[in-house]
Amino acid sequence: MSSSVATKPAAPPPAAPPPGRAQRSLFSRVLGRPEVGALAAAIVIFAFFYAVAPPFRTLPALATVLYASSTIGIVAVGVALLMIGGEFDLSAGVAVTTSALAAGMITFQFSLNMWVGVVVSLLIALTIGFVNGWLVMRTGIPSFLITLSTFFILQGVNLGVTKLVTGTVATPNTSALDGFASAKAVFASDIPLGFMTVKVTVLWWLLFVAVGTWLLLRTRTGNWVTASGGNQASARAVGVPVPKVKIGLFMGVAFLAWFLGMHLLFNFSTVQAGLGIGNEFIYIIASVVGGALLTGGYGSAVGSALGAFIFGMTTQGIVYAGWDPNWFRTFLGVMLLLAVMVNLYIKNYAAQRR
Amino acid sequence: MTDTLAEHAAPDLKVGTPLVEMEGVGKSYGAIRALEGIDLRVNAGEVACVLGDNGAGKSTLIKIISGLHPHTEGTVKVDGKPVHFSSPRESLDHGIATVYQDLAVVGLMEVWRNFFLGSEIRKGKYPMAPLDIAAMREIADTELQKMGIVVKDINQPIGTLSGGQRQCVAIARAVYFGARVLILDEPTAALGVKQSGVVLKYTAAARDAGLGVVFITHNPHHAYLVGDHFIILKLGRRVLDKKRSEVSLEELTTEMAGGQELAELSHELKR
Repeated sequence: MSSSVATKPAAPPPAAPPPGRAQRSLFSRVLGRPEVGALAAAIVIFAFFYAVAPPFRTLPALATVLYASSTIGIVAVGVALLMIGGEFDLSAGVAVTTSALAAGMITFQFSLNMWVGVVVSLLIALTIGFVNGWLVMRTGIPSFLITLSTFFILQGVNLGVTKLVTGTVATPNTSALDGFASAKAVFASDIPLGFMTVKVTVLWWLLFVAVGTWLLLRTRTGNWVTASGGNQASARAVGVPVPKVKIGLFMGVAFLAWFLGMHLLFNFSTVQAGLGIGNEFIYIIASVVGGALLTGGYGSAVGSALGAFIFGMTTQGIVYAGWDPNWFRTFLGVMLLLAVMVNLYIKNYAAQRR
Repeated sequence: MTDTLAEHAAPDLKVGTPLVEMEGVGKSYGAIRALEGIDLRVNAGEVACVLGDNGAGKSTLIKIISGLHPHTEGTVKVDGKPVHFSSPRESLDHGIATVYQDLAVVGLMEVWRNFFLGSEIRKGKYPMAPLDIAAMREIADTELQKMGIVVKDINQPIGTLSGGQRQCVAIARAVYFGARVLILDEPTAALGVKQSGVVLKYTAAARDAGLGVVFITHNPHHAYLVGDHFIILKLGRRVLDKKRSEVSLEELTTEMAGGQELAELSHELKR
């Protein structure tokens, strides 16, 4: 460098760097967590129904609430991670039914062991997830549209194929087949905890939430999920394999949908082909109430569990309180609106310069 | 600040060694030729400035070097060997790191997560191996402090830092992970005067540490402060290619402002 215009390279920083970083205040750190809004809402709603609905206060009622929560929460974990990864899945609700129908019909028609159907339907579900993710990454079309298409396709397939195979709109009763009992033990048994008896799905749900949280916060994959949703181009530029991450997320949702499908099959022995429509929105609501941003890059698995718990408390709480359950959807809408507003506030707060 | 940059920079860099050489490089998107006939040499310890107006082909040029879009004409050589990048990972593996103007970081993620994004430290090789969070926090914290970047809390979302600080974190990260060639895409475009100064000092520090730097900008003043070699692009073609000794700031400014066209325009609008 010959010119005098060159900057002085060795300019020392004006002041000695501070010896340690100031910790942000506890308040600010707690507010920075995505699930804080959902936690507050869950406590308020719990206290509310506890006060107004005496039957709500019993342990069996709690078990029922937890069961209702788990049937939403299991898939909502996957949906929350997918949303943190910046994508949507509108086909999750019907994919549950597809898995259950596939397992039920394949096993019954070919008189196989139940577990064969379980495995085959898992492969079918994972294929659906893969195709969703692959199409989104390959075409660049928003996942909202791709999975909306999958939603309609699966809805038709569910009804059409069931009608074709069984002549009705439900699977035959599978409870007499080989392996039904052992599969039921895994997917749909009652677990006595001593003080109360819960459905096994509650335990599975807690396990999936724990795994999801671990994955998101403590592994490289989780880092990549958040980055893919937060700023896809930036993540790609530093070497994050965004397509793999996102396809994996879609397959994760499909896996959990399959799991819930297996529960439905083994809990009720037979599955209605029209089931599951509309549930995709409830998974999304649970995730958003739990702090997931619709734009991606922010959210939590625990939050989705809290969202599902709020859902469970409300569905059952309204019944226990003796109200007209028709108002339930209205309540859900209001919750969603509030959650979105709280999330917006928190996101702005987190992104503020301090 | 310079010392720590030099500490991390690859030790085998010798000032003047060509790191990246492009010959007759071009890129077509279907029928549209976004770039053609570009020659560019990036030497160790030098800053090559690429200037150009909007749509001049600067972004296309970066995308080729950083592996986002492969080139369709000509040859790109790294360390004398021809390459054809098809993903950013490949480019990174050759020691080429790109710092983008607006996509340098993921705003809602913590500073330390951003610092290690794509190169995380793990406690094992198996899938689902836990991240070594304590070590990453520690390293990110000390590295940033050593380089004079003051952040209040290493756990705060990086979106809470100023634009200049974010750019510096992104540059520091690239250098820490052994980049030999640094591509800076409009690093000062969205910044105020003081923030730009911080980034320019960093650019100079990276150069003095022996890295090859490609500095992309539309501000000739910023380019002239740090540049050794200047290339001006216009509509995908090179209109100026000169060493620092052959060109003055005035010439650069005029050329950037439109050169011949500007003269004609001024003639036309004469009052």
